[in-house]
Amino acid sequence: MIAIDPLLEGRLLWTPLLIVILKVVVVFVIGLVSTIFMVNFERKMVSGLQNRIGPNRAGPRGIFQALADGIKSFFKEDLLPSRADRVVFRLAPFLSFVPAFLIWSVIPLGGEFGPNDDGTLKDGTVVWFGEVTRVQLADPPIGILVVLALSSIAVYGIMLAGWSSGSKYPLLGSVRASAQMVSYEAALGLSLAAVLLSAGTLSTASIVAQQDSFVNWNLVSTGIVPFIVFLIATTAELNRPPFDLVEAEQELVGGFNTEYSGIRFALFFLSEFMGVVTMSAVIVTLFFGGPQPLFLGDVNVLAFLGPLSGTAWFALKLLGFLYLFVWFRATLPRLRYDQLMDFGWKILIPVALGWFLLLAALREFSPDGTFADSLRVVVISLAVGAAAGGLFLLALRVAQNNRLEADETPPTREGVTT
Amino acid sequence: MNDATFLEYVVFFAAAVMILGGAVGVVAFRNPVHAALGLVLTLFGVAVQFVAMEAHFLAAVQIIVYAGAIVVLFLFVIMLLGVDRSIDLSIEPLNVQRPLAAIMSVGLLALIGAAIVQSRDALEINPGTGVDTATATGDNDANINQLATNLFGDHVFAFQLTSVLLIVAVVGTVLMTRKWPKGAEEPVEDVA
Repeated sequence: MIAIDPLLEGRLLWTPLLIVILKVVVVFVIGLVSTIFMVNFERKMVSGLQNRIGPNRAGPRGIFQALADGIKSFFKEDLLPSRADRVVFRLAPFLSFVPAFLIWSVIPLGGEFGPNDDGTLKDGTVVWFGEVTRVQLADPPIGILVVLALSSIAVYGIMLAGWSSGSKYPLLGSVRASAQMVSYEAALGLSLAAVLLSAGTLSTASIVAQQDSFVNWNLVSTGIVPFIVFLIATTAELNRPPFDLVEAEQELVGGFNTEYSGIRFALFFLSEFMGVVTMSAVIVTLFFGGPQPLFLGDVNVLAFLGPLSGTAWFALKLLGFLYLFVWFRATLPRLRYDQLMDFGWKILIPVALGWFLLLAALREFSPDGTFADSLRVVVISLAVGAAAGGLFLLALRVAQNNRLEADETPPTREGVTT
Repeated sequence: MNDATFLEYVVFFAAAVMILGGAVGVVAFRNPVHAALGLVLTLFGVAVQFVAMEAHFLAAVQIIVYAGAIVVLFLFVIMLLGVDRSIDLSIEPLNVQRPLAAIMSVGLLALIGAAIVQSRDALEINPGTGVDTATATGDNDANINQLATNLFGDHVFAFQLTSVLLIVAVVGTVLMTRKWPKGAEEPVEDVA
């Protein structure tokens, strides 16, 4: 019935069961610890980028600050607004927290990847206590779709939190948030499709197994465009700066979580940071080969770690993306709401779709990848793409003119006439 | 009964409780938002049943499309229209509704019961002649490959027609929600 792990085929015995329980506990702990780490990391890095010191009281260099904040929030009063919807108000933080957590279950955290002696690729399975398994909680056949499903479920937490608070600003914040998340999910899915086209499978373990050298990393083999679109869409999906209109303090007090306090607020806070870590892990898995080593010539510089080298590579790549997200936050100013929607619908989605069609055309009409064939396909695709883009822009301009004519008083907003 | 079938029973009953509980909630909750959440619970239960039957792709689509998009849209509409208040269920806007609903549900129950009784033997004689499951073929992607061949190979014409239908629906919505300039109440000339 359950084909998600080589362990679970055949009769259920005690050893596989214990291994699975162990994996669940380890993934749970990794999830929590990495989130606490991320909170500290972000505060320290942002303070560094802003020429401040940042937290430095709790423990050496302030490493226990997040822990202290967490423990404090347990003892804070948990307010329930009188106009709140009691059940949904209590449920919402968990609806936001659990999906962020569950994404960990399909991420390959390590394992033996790379070429075998006879040239075939290892599939990432390892042998623990005489049982064949993977260094990931589950490898369902739909792998990466689980990530998409969970990130589409994450909308509920924010939406219901804003609604159930029973006051204006949280509701405005949550309506903004869900519109934004639903819009950018399309771009996210389309850029993901380019990766799936090159991988030919949905299973995360197989996607990683195919990226056995730098040129086979999906970052390179799909061209860099899907990666950029995915990165931007992820940032928007996570409501991270510069797309954090959900909690624009100047406009919305605190956004969807204004009425929350104590441990329920802490859960929203944690799920936001855990989302950053998990989506970084997803990016590493999809585009950067997950636990695959980056060979310098023929040398795997982390090989001295033995079985842990895959996990070490994974952590290293993950750290790079965590820093990138912090960097975004410290550098980029927040977008205006109409800019956000225009960017998502009029730029990201057409670009992701066009690139996907180009990759599909290359696969179909230049299967050997010879230069002449590829050039021909690219030129024809570019011509078709330019024609489609021209029509699209024409349609936009006509619509804009019509709108301007329809309004007796022309809108004062800038950027309409471009 | 071996371990695997025991697990299947546990999963089946847990999911069945989810489905039925959610369905009862959709009908019985006074608040439309709670009813929508009940619908989400039902959809999740159905997804779990799909996974138990190894229709993994269907389960994922069920979550992404229904729970992730359609019910979110329901909630959006409920919140934006401001109908998110508890209503008195004892008021009956149309008098014939409830008797008709009772007749309908009894009839439906009878139909389903009859179908089960009729097909009882067929299930035992040739089980699972539909899509091959991943464990049957040993290939993790078999399920999706078969679905894709079926959809984009055998039924490609119907598939394309569906996309035309969706485009027509979208264009129609745009036309209906558009504000026309004053004096141009007949939009026919403009569209051409």
